[in-house]
Amino acid sequence: MRFEVGSALSIGAILFTVIIVAAMLIWVERRLLGLWQERLGPNRVGPFGLLQVVADMIKIFTKEDWVPPFADKFSFILAPPIIMVVILMSFSVIPFAPGVGVIDSDIGVLFVLAMASLGAYSVMLGGLASNNKYALLGSLRAAAQMVSYEVFMGISLLGVVALAGSFNLREIVLSQSDGWYVVPQFVGFVIFLIAGVAESHRLPFDIPEAEQEIVAGYHTEYSGMKFGMFFVGEYLGVLLISSLLVVLFCGGWLGPAFLPPIVWFALKTGFFIAFFILLRAAIPRPRYDQLMNYGWLFLLPLSLLNLLLTGAFILWQDGM
Amino acid sequence: MDVVDLTLEAEAATATLVEELCLRFEQEIVTVQSYCDGIPVLWLSRAGLKTVLHYLRTSASLRFQMLFDVTAIDERTRVNRQGQPESDFTVSYHLMSFTSHCDVRLKVALQEGDLNIPSIVDLWPNANWYERECWDMFGICFTGHPNLSRIMLPPTWVGHPLRKDHPARATEMEPYSLSEERQVAEQEALRFNPEEWGMTRESKNSEFMFLNLGPNHPSVHGVFRIALQLDGEILIDAVPDIGYHHRGAEKMGERQSWHTYIPYTDRIDYLGGVMNNLPYVMAVEKMAGIVVPERVKVIRIMLCEMFRIASHLLFYGTFAQDVGQLSPVFYMFVDRERVFNIIESICGARMHPGWFRIGGVAQDLPIGWDKAIRELLDFLPPRLKDYDSMVMNNGILKRRTQGVGAYSTKDAFDWGITGAGLRATGLEYDLRKKRPYSGYENFEFEVPIAVNGDSYDRCAVRVEEIRQSVRIIRQCVDNMPEGPYKSAHPSTTPPLKEKSKQDIETLINHFLSVSWGPVIAPNEVTMTIEATKGLNSYYLVSDGNTGSYRTRIRTPSFAHLQMIPEISRGFMVADLIAIIASIDFVMADVDR
Repeated sequence: MRFEVGSALSIGAILFTVIIVAAMLIWVERRLLGLWQERLGPNRVGPFGLLQVVADMIKIFTKEDWVPPFADKFSFILAPPIIMVVILMSFSVIPFAPGVGVIDSDIGVLFVLAMASLGAYSVMLGGLASNNKYALLGSLRAAAQMVSYEVFMGISLLGVVALAGSFNLREIVLSQSDGWYVVPQFVGFVIFLIAGVAESHRLPFDIPEAEQEIVAGYHTEYSGMKFGMFFVGEYLGVLLISSLLVVLFCGGWLGPAFLPPIVWFALKTGFFIAFFILLRAAIPRPRYDQLMNYGWLFLLPLSLLNLLLTGAFILWQDGM
Repeated sequence: MDVVDLTLEAEAATATLVEELCLRFEQEIVTVQSYCDGIPVLWLSRAGLKTVLHYLRTSASLRFQMLFDVTAIDERTRVNRQGQPESDFTVSYHLMSFTSHCDVRLKVALQEGDLNIPSIVDLWPNANWYERECWDMFGICFTGHPNLSRIMLPPTWVGHPLRKDHPARATEMEPYSLSEERQVAEQEALRFNPEEWGMTRESKNSEFMFLNLGPNHPSVHGVFRIALQLDGEILIDAVPDIGYHHRGAEKMGERQSWHTYIPYTDRIDYLGGVMNNLPYVMAVEKMAGIVVPERVKVIRIMLCEMFRIASHLLFYGTFAQDVGQLSPVFYMFVDRERVFNIIESICGARMHPGWFRIGGVAQDLPIGWDKAIRELLDFLPPRLKDYDSMVMNNGILKRRTQGVGAYSTKDAFDWGITGAGLRATGLEYDLRKKRPYSGYENFEFEVPIAVNGDSYDRCAVRVEEIRQSVRIIRQCVDNMPEGPYKSAHPSTTPPLKEKSKQDIETLINHFLSVSWGPVIAPNEVTMTIEATKGLNSYYLVSDGNTGSYRTRIRTPSFAHLQMIPEISRGFMVADLIAIIASIDFVMADVDR
């Protein structure tokens, strides 16, 4: 069996790595936050506290699998796996390195966007099925936020797609061998970054689960493994957005030859993950309506303008 | 103006006022008394109460802007009532004037068969909760009150606990048991019914959602419940529900000796530590006529300001956290830890040292006490500068808090708001300046104010207060007077070592002083200080005994919470959290 795009070995290795990395991110985030907040973070289990994740997993797997009697049982159970599944599906089109990937799709970008939209169902169903007012508020906020920010997310990518002339993520990476799109598409990059944080609802845009306001938002009633799926889903989301930023704007696996391509990819992704964590440590949370206004009144016109200018630039270049 | 001038001026103004009132209200005023705190006590007839109050509020030469406190005294077992009208229960109103720094106390005598008195909610809206508390604790009925129901105790409680015939100890009551029926009844009594909370279920256009925020919500800082009436996320109404942290602190005051009550005060504003001891011990000292040495005053100020810093740092961190900023609270806890290390090295305990004594402090400062404090004083200012750029200058935080939960100085007077919440509205009123106590007049510091009175300004004022406290502590460290750490007065408890065990007389004196504590001659006193959260006052009534006859603790947080509905209507849930955070309360301070 060869290690190439679409082989069983490749699929298995990617699935395994992605889930392990997402779980390890819990530890990474806690340690990094500790570092930035003048404290230690988890450092007791195993070397540097590395086995904390294992301990957490044992705890979460052995917890009572509880469904509140007042919840809508079917959708309550259905909601958490959705977020895991759609994000893992999105990873299938990510080109990690030459020859490493699940599928080379010509509609890769569209596929990722479609999957991201499905993610909103998880949060909405979870909140509605809980039959809890805090969860309801959380899922209302989540629905509005995710639906809105998908719009800008999609439009912000179109500049890159236009420049590369393809929806295929692998081709987009290859077309960056002369220079990363982060330079010509800087505005698109920033909008995608912001929308990405909003999509994965992390601080400062963790409005659907704002602890100080609505307790835990849509997953207030969840515990055990079902909560674990939401939790790991969030880190999978961070990993996905970071990978997409690398693939679309920062040349994917491309880099000087002294390191193998997959290492370059991992390093760049790691950089963005650390950035997301730093963002969480640094910035307060805007209010729900402020976030909406910011999106619709500022990001939307800006992303449209960006697309318009990119289009004009391409036409002008073709005309030369 | 130095302190003597201020006091003289206030005394003259008070004397003129009393004269003016006596002339004008010959019929309404039954008698006038004065106690050791210099606050005139006017006994009014029940019928004349509202006329006099209305006059004091609107047209007297001295305007009394604030209803500072309303409380009651069960007089039925009080022995020493010389010069007072016949009374079973006395309702007492404490008014404050902010224009001339003086107070007046009005009392109305009620007889047991007829415990009715007109409500004054229409004059001062903040009378609402105070009157409810009097009803709850004493069973005094305020006619015309919009919602006279229990406030501290559960709705199913039987009796009025601050009455002298109500048991104070669990051993004086039947053992507690919870039968099936009683459990059902208790739960039924807690069922939420919007109409009882003054809320409607729907308007013309929408059906409201009722959200129960608390008593165990992450952002209510303790056990505090707010019932929210929501239209989407917009607050139509927010009704606070308090009493979950009630421990009967005032009742405990009646069965502890003067000395043994000190540690209980620490736990009133549990972030204020020894700052809570201060008004209590000063009140007792005033009644006993103890003058404390200079060194004691400076030590007390130094520790109080330490606790002010610790309390404000905790506020600062949680304020940022409630607006969604994750990190500042950790930095501020690190700083607070440094403060606590110093407090521990001086007092031997961290949050509740109970370290002040009647007539002094528990021990002298340890050898080398100033080194760690100087380090702290150098360490804090640069950190505070960092926090400014991290928190106060953060754009998102500004947008979240500016213009949110704003009120004017007049509103603050109406609702009894004191402390940083009052200064944020632009009024430069700090009791440490206006009526200096414990030697604050010898210190140089500014009174920070802000103009808008919104959540952001309340935080900004407190941040500046940390800097001023650093300044005060530096002056304490640089100018710590030499001398004894306790007064030589015979009522000092426990007495100085060299004043005891010399002969049989001093031995007996020491024994009595330690076992009973001092006996205080019949008197009444009010002592108010600028505590961490606002004006904290102890009103003590002595009946010539080893313990207090009535201990009334007027806390700032109680008044501040009552204003929440007023300033949060029309905002969103997230704003309510910012408003709550900016008020800076602790529930122990509210419920006592």
